[in-house]
Amino acid sequence: MAERMYVIIVGAGKVGWNLARELLEKGNEVTLIENNRERYLTVEQELEHNVQYGDASELWVLERAGISRAEMVIAVTGDDEDNMLICQVAKEKYLVDRTIARVNNPRNREHFELLGIKPLVSATDLILRLIEHEVPEYGLIHLLDLPEQRLEIIEMLLQDDSKATGQRVGDLEMPEGSLLISVLREGSGFVPNADTVLQSGDEILAVLDPTVEEDLTAYFGPDGQLD
Amino acid sequence: MFVLIVGAGRVGSSLARRMLNDGHEVSCLDEDPESHARLEIELDRQWEDMGGQFTVGTALEIEALTAAGIERADVFVASTDGDNTNIVISQIAKRRFNVPTVIARVLDPYRAEWYEHQGLHTICPTRVAIEMLSNEVRTAAARAAGELPPPGGVDAEDADV
Repeated sequence: MAERMYVIIVGAGKVGWNLARELLEKGNEVTLIENNRERYLTVEQELEHNVQYGDASELWVLERAGISRAEMVIAVTGDDEDNMLICQVAKEKYLVDRTIARVNNPRNREHFELLGIKPLVSATDLILRLIEHEVPEYGLIHLLDLPEQRLEIIEMLLQDDSKATGQRVGDLEMPEGSLLISVLREGSGFVPNADTVLQSGDEILAVLDPTVEEDLTAYFGPDGQLD
Repeated sequence: MFVLIVGAGRVGSSLARRMLNDGHEVSCLDEDPESHARLEIELDRQWEDMGGQFTVGTALEIEALTAAGIERADVFVASTDGDNTNIVISQIAKRRFNVPTVIARVLDPYRAEWYEHQGLHTICPTRVAIEMLSNEVRTAAARAAGELPPPGGVDAEDADV
């Protein structure tokens, strides 16, 4: 992180506390806000003036923490409504450029989205993705979604029966709007060139327009048919 | 009219009875099944027999809101004990379900004021209490300064106590 940022973190649970510590170590200015007195006193022993006691959904608490000059607000409390409201107020009232919200219950994700709060971090979703990652039967894995830029990065495991297995990268008929960016083979990754020959067991990473996802799945997937 | 009240605490349940009495169709959603008893205070019949509806569920669950009838609600009242919950579910009622009238009870005056400016209709009982108490104290001060007569019908000796 080249530039020093002022970051407000709400919620001094395990996530918030560790996040504050890491960001401070990287040279950022951090205020952590915690509304449980006992927890605050514990965290305060280490973080001292970098932690404040109060309910961050009260506007004056955010103002006391200097929200108007914050470059980023991260809401990681255990309460989804609090995280939603804090990010909404940070963005819309105090014009903070960047907010990050934690989603505790994945079913609340749609509410965050309805209120225009993003990006979202959900431990449940992350673990689900890890499970997908460990279980190749799921086929395509979403590594990164950028819906506004209409881009996503996906990972796929090549099987014996995939049409792409045994092909030169230069000969691949990649759908328009997709690009092969790297290959993970036997534990290490590399950027392929036109002469790279894809093997069964390769994990390939591709960047693509979400609308061609199905074409790409069909091409690299087990059936190996491209319409 | 069909009135959906989320949060059947002291305020929500009294409002529910009153609206039912006024002849409206009333549905309540509360996460605590015990709240049902509060709806029946001073009623000689069951809430359901009076035509009322009661659903147990969390306000943020779309299934619970749907079961409580949000899709056909004319009025949505958010009166849970959480300001943030009330603010969030009111926005869901407005933006997602297009309920024509949405009212959120918000105890924190500052949050209430800001969301009111954002177009969310908020009722802030704290603000009302502050107004009433300020008026009382001001009246007492004016009386002490001799600008007002003592409270009507009370003689001087009692007023001193």
